[in-house]
Amino acid sequence: MAIDIPRIPLGDGIEGGLDFLTSHYSNVTRGISSVTQTGISALNDGLMWLPEWALMAIIALICWRVANLRLGIGAVLGLALIWNLELWNPMIETLTLVVIATVVAVVIAMPFGVLAAISDRFYGVIMPVLDFMQTMPAFVYLIPAIPFFGIGSVSAIFATVIFSMPPAIRFTTLGIRQVPNDLIEAADAFGATRTQKLIKIQFPLSLPTIMAGINQTIMLALSMVVIAAMIGADGLGSEVWRAIQRLRPGDGFEAGIAVVILAMLLDRITQALRKPKKKAS
Amino acid sequence: MTETDETNIKIQVRGLSKVFGSQPKKALELRNQGKKRPEILEKTGQTLGLSNIDFDVREGELLVIMGLSGSGKSTLIRCLNRLIEPTEGDIVIDGQNIPKLSEKELLECRRRHFSMVFQNFALFPHKTVQENAEYGLEVRGVEKKSRVESARNSLKQVGLDGWEDAYPSQLSGGMQQRVGLARALANDSTVMLMDEAFSALDPLIRKDMQQELIELQHRMKKTTIFITHDLDEAISIGDRIILLKDGEVVQMGTPEDILTRPADDYVARFVEGVDMSRIFTANSAMRSVRATARDSDGPRTVLRKMSEHGLDSIYVIDRDRTLLGIVSVDDVDAAAKAGKDTINELIQNDFPKAGPDEPMNNLFAMFNDKSYPIAIVDDNQRLLGVVVKGAVLEKLAEAGEH
Repeated sequence: MAIDIPRIPLGDGIEGGLDFLTSHYSNVTRGISSVTQTGISALNDGLMWLPEWALMAIIALICWRVANLRLGIGAVLGLALIWNLELWNPMIETLTLVVIATVVAVVIAMPFGVLAAISDRFYGVIMPVLDFMQTMPAFVYLIPAIPFFGIGSVSAIFATVIFSMPPAIRFTTLGIRQVPNDLIEAADAFGATRTQKLIKIQFPLSLPTIMAGINQTIMLALSMVVIAAMIGADGLGSEVWRAIQRLRPGDGFEAGIAVVILAMLLDRITQALRKPKKKAS
Repeated sequence: MTETDETNIKIQVRGLSKVFGSQPKKALELRNQGKKRPEILEKTGQTLGLSNIDFDVREGELLVIMGLSGSGKSTLIRCLNRLIEPTEGDIVIDGQNIPKLSEKELLECRRRHFSMVFQNFALFPHKTVQENAEYGLEVRGVEKKSRVESARNSLKQVGLDGWEDAYPSQLSGGMQQRVGLARALANDSTVMLMDEAFSALDPLIRKDMQQELIELQHRMKKTTIFITHDLDEAISIGDRIILLKDGEVVQMGTPEDILTRPADDYVARFVEGVDMSRIFTANSAMRSVRATARDSDGPRTVLRKMSEHGLDSIYVIDRDRTLLGIVSVDDVDAAAKAGKDTINELIQNDFPKAGPDEPMNNLFAMFNDKSYPIAIVDDNQRLLGVVVKGAVLEKLAEAGEH
């Protein structure tokens, strides 16, 4: 005999909460929306204003300086392919979203990461939250984004920030906690304040780890920005999305390859930044 | 034996105890009932790290705190600057009771009074040698120009000039610890804490560093507290030694006190392994000078003094007993025959000379072929006495019987 347990109205509760937020904080969301939209447009227009070859040259130069000549040449070839496939503008749109989402995510993540490194209690609270954020299927974030920010790029940024922030927080915490205890003791022994320790010792020493976190964040942001095409974000994702709807695998793969090229460039550049520059001896 | 002046006490430690665990009161109660560390651990789960430690640190001395691992020596040194919070007791430095200080006062106190040298160097890998040496001053907010200068100076003191722009990873262990030392010196704190500072170095470099520390310390008169587990090290560098065992003081005294009058079996067992010739100092084999010549004496007077005491050489001093040199009987005799009336140009300087704290085994090597006795002089070059070869051998033989 089945026992009649009433179904817990978990979804209803969440919906109620979200409705409440949308109806009572619409000013806030509208404000965020317009600021973000302005940022997106400005960056997008800026990158679009540059001739293709100029941007290619700039990116290739960056690759060469931070990594090596090989990556620089790779960048030219990859970007030339994207240009040739007539995916330049969607690529710029995607890049814009990734850059803005990453900047916002990192800016939010840093203080949280530092706090979690310093306070065990905060660490205990935030870790399950991060687990939640990372394991919740990414698509789910798209749904509440729409009532908050409407269809389009701002919603895509919102969902992307939430999805891509956890590694930046985790790696910041990890990096700071990994600073050897005897160095902290030395700083203490000389009478360093908490802020002095953080800025002069813990932060510089954890920089490679923090950079690894930012690298992860960029990669996650890129994958999410593509998915965000489902709620109307422009860019390479929407090319893929259109290809799915029209069942044109060729178009889909072309856009997909453009995503791969963009991902590899972003990854290699941030990896190279991570490695400490070789000291002249 | 020169007694250090008792009046200038830099740090006074009274009734210092440290319990590791969440119920320190319980542990201290048991301790007050006379229970020892293992029993307290068994009954309460609390570790009695330090129990009722009393000692003074005198201004300008090099105090060694020694004990085996687990004796509480590292805890003790960390209680002094509160890297570890003491459970009870007073640590008074220049009238300030450290355990009672607020967070802010403590920072101030650490900056002014303490600099620390660590066993594993604890240099900041992302800073250059120069920047490492500047660290204490940087924390204190000293302006860039003057801290660069102080750091340079202290790097020079430890023999690292020219290495300013290197990174710690490019240096050998011994050099890294020199940077650690320079970092502590640049800070110009009143007390230097050295936590097993040389234990990670290989034996040869370690001996060098000990010697350099002694020299630095004599030169700068910086109050230094040095932690070690090595009795040989304690003896060769310490003005005084405090022996710790299971968080309690077992004995406190000069190296010679500890070696010749061990307080109990524990200390005696410790001492057994020590090379005895190293602990007997020049002081213990020294005897007063039978006769000395004055620089104003004429050759005939000097000859008389020498024949009276059966000497074939004699030390020459001035009115303040400052040692000027030595003259030999042949030279004086010749001068007397030549009718000269001063011995000034006969004075030679190739004689062995040592301070009263010079270890005996160093003395032995000093006797040269002329076998002049070794002149023992104080810091102002005043003649205190002499050591003859026979006395050294006698003392060494005595040591062998221990």
